Amino acid sequence: MKAQGTVFKYGDNVDTDVIIPARYLNITDGNELAKHCMEDIDKEFVSKVKPGDIIVANKNFGCGSSREHAPLVIKCAGVSCVIAETFARIFYRNAINIGLPIIECKEAAEAIQKGDQVAIDFDSGKITDLTTGQTFQGQAFPPFMQEIISAGGLIPYINKKNG
Amino acid sequence: MGMTMTQKILAAHAGLPEVKAGQLIEADLDLVLGNDITSPVAIKEMEKLQQKAVFDKDKIALVMDHFIPNKDIKSAENCKCCRDFASAHEISNYFDVGQMGIEHALLPEKGLVVAGDAVIGADSHTCTYGALGAFSTGVGSTDMAAGMVTGKAWFKVPPALKFVLTGKPKKWVSGKDVILHIIGMIGVDGALYKSMEFTGDGVKNLSMDDRFTICNMAIEAGGKNGIFPVDERSIEYMKEHSKREFKIYEADEDAEYEAVYTIDLSALEPTVAFPHLPENTKTIGSFGEIQIDQAVIGSCTNGRLDDMRVAAEIMKGRKVAKNVRCIIIPATQEIYLQAMKEGLLEIFIQAGAIVSTPTCGPCLGGYMGILAAGERCISTTNRNFVGRMGHVDSEVYLASPAVAAASAVTGKISSPEELGL
Repeated sequence: MKAQGTVFKYGDNVDTDVIIPARYLNITDGNELAKHCMEDIDKEFVSKVKPGDIIVANKNFGCGSSREHAPLVIKCAGVSCVIAETFARIFYRNAINIGLPIIECKEAAEAIQKGDQVAIDFDSGKITDLTTGQTFQGQAFPPFMQEIISAGGLIPYINKKNG
Repeated sequence: MGMTMTQKILAAHAGLPEVKAGQLIEADLDLVLGNDITSPVAIKEMEKLQQKAVFDKDKIALVMDHFIPNKDIKSAENCKCCRDFASAHEISNYFDVGQMGIEHALLPEKGLVVAGDAVIGADSHTCTYGALGAFSTGVGSTDMAAGMVTGKAWFKVPPALKFVLTGKPKKWVSGKDVILHIIGMIGVDGALYKSMEFTGDGVKNLSMDDRFTICNMAIEAGGKNGIFPVDERSIEYMKEHSKREFKIYEADEDAEYEAVYTIDLSALEPTVAFPHLPENTKTIGSFGEIQIDQAVIGSCTNGRLDDMRVAAEIMKGRKVAKNVRCIIIPATQEIYLQAMKEGLLEIFIQAGAIVSTPTCGPCLGGYMGILAAGERCISTTNRNFVGRMGHVDSEVYLASPAVAAASAVTGKISSPEELGL
C-alpha cells in the first residue's frame, strides 16, 4: 500500500476537540462530519484538502476524547495518512480499528513542511519528501496490528477470524 | 521481574501466568461501557459483524449523559438508537433520563465496577474506576462494538509510572489539585501509553471522591489507566455499593516502573490549569487578577458529593458575583438527592447559582453553559482545549470545586482563603 499527497502541517497536542468539535457530535455520518474537520485549528483545511493529502504533526496527535469521529472525519476528508512524532493512545487504537493509516516518525514530523509533496510506502515504512528529496524510516506496525489493517479494520478482522 | 498492579489484572484476564510491558494480549472484559455519543457509532459498527448477539446482557452499560435531556433532534435520535438497541438486546444496565447520571460517577455508585475488574468504555474518562483497584481504560466505538459481541479486547501491556503519595493535603486542597499538579509536572503526554500507579502512606488521606478525580484525569497526562491500591476505604465503598465479589491485586515488590515520583500532599497548593492545556498549571497566588464570566462545578471529574459539599461550604450565606453565571451540576440522581437532603441545593440557589440535572453538557461545549468569544470560565471539568466549552476565542481554567466556588463569589480566580475561610 502506498500514499502520496500534499502536506498539512500542525504542531504538538492536536486534540480531538479541534479535529472535530463536540458541537457536531450529534452527527454520526462520516461524510457529513468531515465538513467540519479541523475547523477550530485550521478553517481553510476543508476547502483546501484533496483526496490523498497527508497530515503531519508533532507530539501527542489526537489527544483528549475517545471520539472515533476524530480519525473518521480525517479519513472521510480524504486524508491518506497521518504522520506524527507520537499519537495519543485512544486515537492510535481508533485509527487502526477504522482503517486510517497512521505512522510514527519523529524525524519526518520535524523535517516535513507545509505544502511539501510526500510519498509513503506502508509495507516498508519509508517516507519520502519529494519536495526536498529527504527520506525517513517510519515505525512499522507489529504483525497483529498489520493483520487488522490489512483486513480493513477491526470489524472485518473479527469477521475474517470467525470464518 | 515482578508485575505492576495493572499488569497483574491484565494477566489474570488474559489467562496468562504473567505478562510483560509491550506484550500484545487479548483480555476478557467484565464490563463494556458506552454513552449517547459513542454508542450509536458502535451500534452501527456492530451491525457489520457476522455475529449479532451481545456476549452478556448484564456486562454492558449504556449511559445517556452527554446531550441529555436531549438538546436537539439529532441528539434525540442518537438516544433513541441506544434505547431501541438496549431494548432489543435486553441490556440490563441501560440508564436514561430519571436513572442516568454522568457515566463515571454512576457506574461505581451502582456497584457495576469493583476491584480486579477489566473494563473498557467508549469514553476517554473510563480510567476513573482505577480508584477502586480495577483496570479500566477508554477506547473508541469500534472497540466497544467488538467488546459488546466478543467480551474481549486487545491490549498492549503498558509500562508504568509510580506516584508515591505521602502526607495529608491542607484544607482546600483536594484530589483535583493532586492530579493537576502531576499533569503540570509530567505534561499532557507524560504518561503516554502508560499506567499511572498511585501508592504510598498519603493514599489513606484521600477520600474515594478524591481518588476518582485523580484516576479520571490520568488520560489528561496521556495515560492508559490510573490505579489505586485497594484499602479499607475502597473496600467499605464497594461493600456499600455493590453485591459483586471483588478481587484484590497488589503490585509485586520488584515490579518495574519507568519512573518513580514522590509527592508530598501536604506541600500542594490549590492549582489552576490555564488555557489551553491541562499541563499549564499555576498555583493560586502565583498569578495576577483573572476576571471570570462563568463558573462550572460538575462533570465526571468533580460532580460528586464531596464536591457539592465543599462548594456549598464556601457559598453558604454568600452571593455569586455580579456578571458571573454559576452552573452547578450534581453528577447523578443519587448525588442530586443527597445534596437536596443536606440543604446544599438551597445554598446554591440562594447564592444565585443554578442547579442542573446530571449532564456532561458544558464540559465538552455541548450545551448548558456555552461560552461566547472572549469569555472566561473557571471549571471543575477536565479539559481546557481551544473551543472546548464554546467559541474558539473563549477560555477555560481548570480548578477544584473549592477554587471554582470561591471564584464564583469573588468574580475572579480565587482561593477560599480570600473569603476569610
